[in-house]
Amino acid sequence: MSLTLQNVSRVVEGETWIDEVNLTLEPGSFNVLLGRTLSGKTTLMRLMAGLDRPTKGKILMNGVDVTGVAVRERNISMVYQQFINYPNLSVYENIASPLRLAKMDEREVDRRVRETAEMLRIDPFLERLPLQLSGGQQQRTAMARALVKDSQIILFDEPLVNLDYKLREELRQELRALFKARNCIAIYATTEPNEALALGGNTAVLNEGRLLQMGPTAEVYHQPKDIITAEMFSEPPINVVPGRVNEEEVTFDDTVHFRLNSDLRRLTPGDYQFGVRASHIGLVPHSDDDLELPVRVDLAEISGSETFLHVHNPHFDLVLHLSGVHAYQVDEEIKVYFPTHKLYAFDDQGKMVHSPARMRDQ
Amino acid sequence: MQTKVENNKAWFLVMPVFLIVAFSAIIPLMTVVNYSVQDIFDPYTRYFVGTEWFKQVILDSRLHDALLRQFIYSFTILIIEVPLGICVALMMPTKGRGASLALILVAIPLLIPWNVVGTIWQIFGRADIGLFGAFMSYIGVEYNYASNPIDAWLTVVLMDVWHWTPLVALLCYSGLRAIPEVYYQAARIDQASRWAVFRYIQLPKLTNVLIIGVLLRFMDSFMIYTEPFVLTGGGPGSSTTFLSQSLVQQAIGQFDLGPAAAFSLVYFLIILLVCWVFYTTIMNMQKDK
Repeated sequence: MSLTLQNVSRVVEGETWIDEVNLTLEPGSFNVLLGRTLSGKTTLMRLMAGLDRPTKGKILMNGVDVTGVAVRERNISMVYQQFINYPNLSVYENIASPLRLAKMDEREVDRRVRETAEMLRIDPFLERLPLQLSGGQQQRTAMARALVKDSQIILFDEPLVNLDYKLREELRQELRALFKARNCIAIYATTEPNEALALGGNTAVLNEGRLLQMGPTAEVYHQPKDIITAEMFSEPPINVVPGRVNEEEVTFDDTVHFRLNSDLRRLTPGDYQFGVRASHIGLVPHSDDDLELPVRVDLAEISGSETFLHVHNPHFDLVLHLSGVHAYQVDEEIKVYFPTHKLYAFDDQGKMVHSPARMRDQ
Repeated sequence: MQTKVENNKAWFLVMPVFLIVAFSAIIPLMTVVNYSVQDIFDPYTRYFVGTEWFKQVILDSRLHDALLRQFIYSFTILIIEVPLGICVALMMPTKGRGASLALILVAIPLLIPWNVVGTIWQIFGRADIGLFGAFMSYIGVEYNYASNPIDAWLTVVLMDVWHWTPLVALLCYSGLRAIPEVYYQAARIDQASRWAVFRYIQLPKLTNVLIIGVLLRFMDSFMIYTEPFVLTGGGPGSSTTFLSQSLVQQAIGQFDLGPAAAFSLVYFLIILLVCWVFYTTIMNMQKDK
């Protein structure tokens, strides 16, 4: 069972919500839709589900055109950001509801409901009402409802957003394991790059209704096709510094320049945007060709046991992603080490023209 | 050792509320209690009679009849208005100009004063000049609310349904608007029928507003006075004489202040009791779930 979108667009009241998306999802695959709020993730999912019709383009399931087929006749399930369950039905009846609607034999219903509930670890609560459960258990119930019928496509629209951090991690892990054995297409929308990385599978990066890049998650992460993808696929976003390449060196500004290393030698002279991940800049040199850079501190943002250090020099801003908690005074002068062999280079159109050799191998 | 300093300023803040409640509820109620234990001939000639009036009121068969009529009436209009209100709310458009228009149209009966409603229906039902009366005689149905008790009942009930179904409809409408769109979307994906959507999503989500609606409608209808007073005056005979009307007849018509006061207190207790029963039953039903 494969799902293909061919040149799919959706225009609502003159505004383009989805712009010429081409996409093929293979059976048994786990696919993450990564994009910011309003990037079109939900709209795209609604199109895949058949809740909305594309303004242009075709949707094929197993090669059969299903563009005009109503949601009822497509075999899909969906889990939402809100915990959507029937409020006055027990957890058992909630999970059984899609099977009941499909007029399934009562013994088979019972077997499946219990099996699915066990899988999602809500079997002790089958007799309760959804509102008597915690948020995580309510969402597990909603997931059980989606998983209990053998849907060919299961859509998750930011299902973990309303849960606390711990539950989110736990459920995310389980979710991935649940799908290993299944032969359906799972599609999972999220705004968080870390979530996409944790889920693995494939990632499709969506921005302003356009599909920027689609591929195995690690590949998209290491080989972003353009600046926007690179920025969206890391948290904090990748640092971008304008620079110029000539025959022997790279110049960021009058004071900061370094000799072309073996990695960057292939770049033709000209202007580029250089990208460096926040986690690659360090407080101590890691290699001989690290560039020492005097900067001033703007802000040390502590997140869990990690620190996002915002610094600047007279010409550009940088963000460092440091492990551990570091305290700095505002305007304090420090030295950071810029890894010249871990640079991405983008041309003036924002297309990636160079990725670090180490990343290419991965 | 430190002595605890008491701050008595709070009393000044509570005082206004206390005074307002005293004047609006406690003093009038106590006056009624005072009347209910006396036989009053004129302001200077009054005798303490104890619980005599209460005994008389409780044993009065006219009041029993009025109470029975009152219950039948209140339950009849609840049975009609609640389902009808839900239906109207479900049929009202949700978006655009149609929605505002429907809201205004539905709300109009609620804006009309009670006595005007009575007058409207009084004219509406007349065979000579009223649309409804004329229509009934045109299709050959003998209809006269002034002389036929059944017709009188029908008219009073119809009038209340016309006047107050909009309240239930508006409450339900707001309840329905509060259901997130994703619920309907999820139901569509589950391939649920229209009936299933109503039964398992809309109705459960409407429970709270319906409790309020039923309580409001019950209390209001149990105290109805103006509309039947204007429309039928309690007649023909005493077929549409409800509790408040017999009370007024007794208190102002016959000026039997003592029995009327005792009756008021009994009336008040009945309403309180019935509302309490309603409320606890519904709340227990909720809890059992």
